[in-house]
Amino acid sequence: MSVEFAVSAVRTTIKAGTPLLMGTLGEIYTERSGVLNLGVEGMMIMGAITAFSVTANTNDPWLGVVLAAMVGGVFSLIHAFTSITLRANQIVSGLALTMLGLGLSGLLGKPYVGMTIKRIKETQLPFIGDIPVLGPMLFRHDPLVYISMALVPFMWFILFKTKAGINIRSVGENPAAADSLGVNVFMTRYICVFVGGVLSGLAGAYLSVVYTPAWIEGMTAGRGWIVIALTIFSMWSPTRALMGAYLFGGVSAIQFNLQPLGVSVNILNMLPYIATVVALLVGTRETVRKRIGAPSALGLPYSREEK
Amino acid sequence: MINEELAVKMVGITKRFPGVIANNNINFEVKRGEIHSLLGENGAGKTTLMNILYGLYAMDKGEIYIYGEKVDIGSPKDAIKLGIGMIHQHFTLVPPFTVTENIILGYEGNNLILKTDEAEKRIMELAEKYGFEVDPRKKVMYLSVGEQQRVEILKALYRGAKILILDEPTSVLTPPETKQLFNILRRMADEGKSVIFISHKLDEVMEISDRITVLRKGKVVSTVSKDETSKRELAKMMVGREVIFLLSRPEVEVGEIVLDVQGLFVLDDRGLTAVKNVYLNVRRGEILGIAGVAGNGQKELAEAIVGVRKALKGKIFVEGKNVTNRPPYELMSMGIGYITEDRVGKGLIIDLTVKENLISKVYSAMTRKLFFLDKDLAERYSKWLIKEFDIVAPSPETPAKTLSGGNLQKLLLARELAIEPTLLVASQPTRGLDVGATEYIRERLLEQKKRGTAILLISEDLEEILGLSDRVAVMYEGEIMGVLPVKDANIEDIGLMMAGAKRLNR
Repeated sequence: MSVEFAVSAVRTTIKAGTPLLMGTLGEIYTERSGVLNLGVEGMMIMGAITAFSVTANTNDPWLGVVLAAMVGGVFSLIHAFTSITLRANQIVSGLALTMLGLGLSGLLGKPYVGMTIKRIKETQLPFIGDIPVLGPMLFRHDPLVYISMALVPFMWFILFKTKAGINIRSVGENPAAADSLGVNVFMTRYICVFVGGVLSGLAGAYLSVVYTPAWIEGMTAGRGWIVIALTIFSMWSPTRALMGAYLFGGVSAIQFNLQPLGVSVNILNMLPYIATVVALLVGTRETVRKRIGAPSALGLPYSREEK
Repeated sequence: MINEELAVKMVGITKRFPGVIANNNINFEVKRGEIHSLLGENGAGKTTLMNILYGLYAMDKGEIYIYGEKVDIGSPKDAIKLGIGMIHQHFTLVPPFTVTENIILGYEGNNLILKTDEAEKRIMELAEKYGFEVDPRKKVMYLSVGEQQRVEILKALYRGAKILILDEPTSVLTPPETKQLFNILRRMADEGKSVIFISHKLDEVMEISDRITVLRKGKVVSTVSKDETSKRELAKMMVGREVIFLLSRPEVEVGEIVLDVQGLFVLDDRGLTAVKNVYLNVRRGEILGIAGVAGNGQKELAEAIVGVRKALKGKIFVEGKNVTNRPPYELMSMGIGYITEDRVGKGLIIDLTVKENLISKVYSAMTRKLFFLDKDLAERYSKWLIKEFDIVAPSPETPAKTLSGGNLQKLLLARELAIEPTLLVASQPTRGLDVGATEYIRERLLEQKKRGTAILLISEDLEEILGLSDRVAVMYEGEIMGVLPVKDANIEDIGLMMAGAKRLNR
């Protein structure tokens, strides 16, 4: 294998992994606070259409990205409201969010099919970008890739080393205990769901203005579900999410390299989804969940009166 | 070092819940440096009163003074600021967190970024001062119940508690752990802190208190100094009548073996071995008591015997027939009755009516013409049981969930005893019940024994085990530490076995 091949493989891996990483980081916060949001796919595609349409109309991809994050966040608040305030079934509410997002984005996206837009350019980082091999592999990407990478240690630090983080984790593990110690369970959960929405929106924006700068209906293509699986796979830790996202990114990127070797395209296309199904199967078994440290109150609405 | 200064003064506290007055014009005072017990039956209003002091409930009427100053406690936050700490019966801990993380969670004095090392140091200092042993870096899920309780106490001390309320703290402890707790409490009192100890256990109250306030039906009966009272007097105040402490155990000829458990292994919900190589047998007309702190495999043992949990290894024989891993309905038809410890969650279907619950084990006998229920028969059957078992329910059509705890237990007992079981597995049959209901349940169990039923009695209440059983087996971490005739048993030995410190040779 040549050096160029390795460089290009790593580059495609990182590109394919970035939206997964963003989504997973967000879902980790959401689930750490005890809320299961299966609406990632919906929030992601809402982010994608927002970013694309804003960029198409204003010719400013960054405005598109920022608004996509906001739309993802606002969209997630629907789920926050039903699952936290109304204490509805989180699975149903999350699925509804996904369906709503897919449908709404298809409708809003009709005029944009086939359009091209200005995309976000790659920026080479000073100095480290000049390192041979490693430079082009890691440090000649678009800014969103760097942002997602920087988010990993940042979000890890918040979650494990700060007061906000211990509050988030306690709310997801034992909301009654957290409540009795003066932690605002509802506010914490709202914020975490919102963070999840913002990052899912960002992931969608990455898809439509960087990864494939075009609008295609349903272009998230199940990445929201991969994110759900990755959240379990990473055992709710931002650092493991980085590895998981790039691993899954690598699996989907590698198909371009394996195709010439005669491996069926269809099988390769299935790989990330098969991995998702496996992760979900393993991760939803009660005994496994306890062992890998799933938040104990995940998916359970909290109310003060019920004991 | 009891000081005449009052730490707590509650005046005329009244609290109503729909349908009941939980606290009726209660006056309650705690001095500085004293251990003051709040004694009363379940539902006497002890916990309600303390929840008011801790800001969990708002009182309807009354005034509270802390160190002489009138205060308004609207939430636990206010209470903590005033130096009040409360250890609930159900711990408010986060299991996957370390001891330190649990203690600093929600603490006002934290900076945005956690300073775990500093907190650890302070925790160690506190622990040393009061004679605790804790590892601040250990995760709470790996601690024993006694250790978890100490974390709760440390949590309160860390927040500067000067008045500590403990709600039935010994109900989850082994006798040696209780002793340890009492040492800690005494040390705190000597430091000038005030301890309020909620309990319905007379022995403990007599052991630890300086003064005792007895509550009955939401009212204060009396506040007495420990030196001027006796167990008997307290019991009378608590129940309002003389209590017979010893049940008269009927002399019953013990017959052939009904239940025979051989080398049983059972897993718990987490997939860990909860029952390890257990050998047991119970004979006709005999009560075998299983003593032990909850969570040592008793539940899993009972569930395996009645067929609702899979036995991993080993055999279970009932009347000589191998019934290992047979479906529950088959065991039921063999005459196995089961009083589960989770009467609301597993024993009864509380959303159904009293009648529907009563016939749920015999509905096939109530069926007439294909699959229609014989309504008259069901009605007569349930009315008979309601009367027979003294269940206080307005009618058979009353939803079970409206019944009180004691009546729910009677309902479960009625359903299980109506089939005249040959083997009865009774798990924590009187837990959480008041003295009256407890007495009633125990009498019914002895009556069954007289009838010739083999009874496996699982209980955390040692007094109950010793009072009812013919033989006692002690369970610790899934193993039987020893089986001995009750006349040879003494509390110290059993306590040691419960704590895993002693084992009898089989």
